Amino acid sequence: MDERETLDRFLTTDPRDVGCDEAMAFLHVYAELAASGADAAERFPGMAAHLLACGPCGDDFQGLLDILTDPPEG
Amino acid sequence: MLAAVDDLGALPSERDVDPWVASLRSVGPARDDRLRALHDLLVRVASRELSRRLSASYLGGQDRDDLAHEVAADAMVAILKKLPEFRGESRFTTWAYKFAVLEVSNKLGRSYWTWVGRTVALDTADWAQFEDRMALAPEKSAEARELADALRSAVGNLTPRQREVFVAIVVNGVPLDAMVAKLGTSRNALYKVVFDARRKIRAELVANGHLNPVDE
Repeated sequence: MDERETLDRFLTTDPRDVGCDEAMAFLHVYAELAASGADAAERFPGMAAHLLACGPCGDDFQGLLDILTDPPEG
Repeated sequence: MLAAVDDLGALPSERDVDPWVASLRSVGPARDDRLRALHDLLVRVASRELSRRLSASYLGGQDRDDLAHEVAADAMVAILKKLPEFRGESRFTTWAYKFAVLEVSNKLGRSYWTWVGRTVALDTADWAQFEDRMALAPEKSAEARELADALRSAVGNLTPRQREVFVAIVVNGVPLDAMVAKLGTSRNALYKVVFDARRKIRAELVANGHLNPVDE
């Protein structure tokens, strides 16, 4: 990937992006769907677009997904 | 502009009342037992999430345990406050884990300035580091130098608020949650500032012939 493509990819925004408030509100639904093996991104493309673009929400999603796929004992 | 919740499509149908929810909404020993069990579970989730996000050298074992208990306590408060709003769209535990994960982000954002942020200058843009991340190091090629110059110019044309937030988060690499804590705002509000800044910068680079337009 050349420098123009790298910059372009970073600057391009996805109009389906739902933003952090919506992503945090529905994170449990999305993560549970993803953990079940379903195509969560296809069902909720606006969530997928946001989680791809937003580092903190993407990190929260990864953390929740990790916990769901390997739940704490108790 | 960010999309609305309606774009998420239909949500899963409501499930039967989860045993956790039934106990937590009750009164008496069963509720007390559930509260203790939930707290223990949240401590374990918080501890796991802190370990995932932090290297061992960043926060020692005892400090990490203390922080996990703080996260669990604050997540408990949030969960009990929001319990009437739980609609059964997921298992109760999934919903509860989310509060612990979000609280870890919140705590780490606030801790950033204590642990590593003392030396971060917010009024000076670290362009060299950013250009390196974007493969725009001026020594790389004439095209990279041209793009880097155009980018700096476009950032200079942002509103003062957009420029402040873009430089701190995108150029200098300050975590978004740390800026949320510093500015006393919300993650969504700062994300939208960066989102709008990216659109504005891209539009300027397109107008000046540096990037191609896209259909949205």
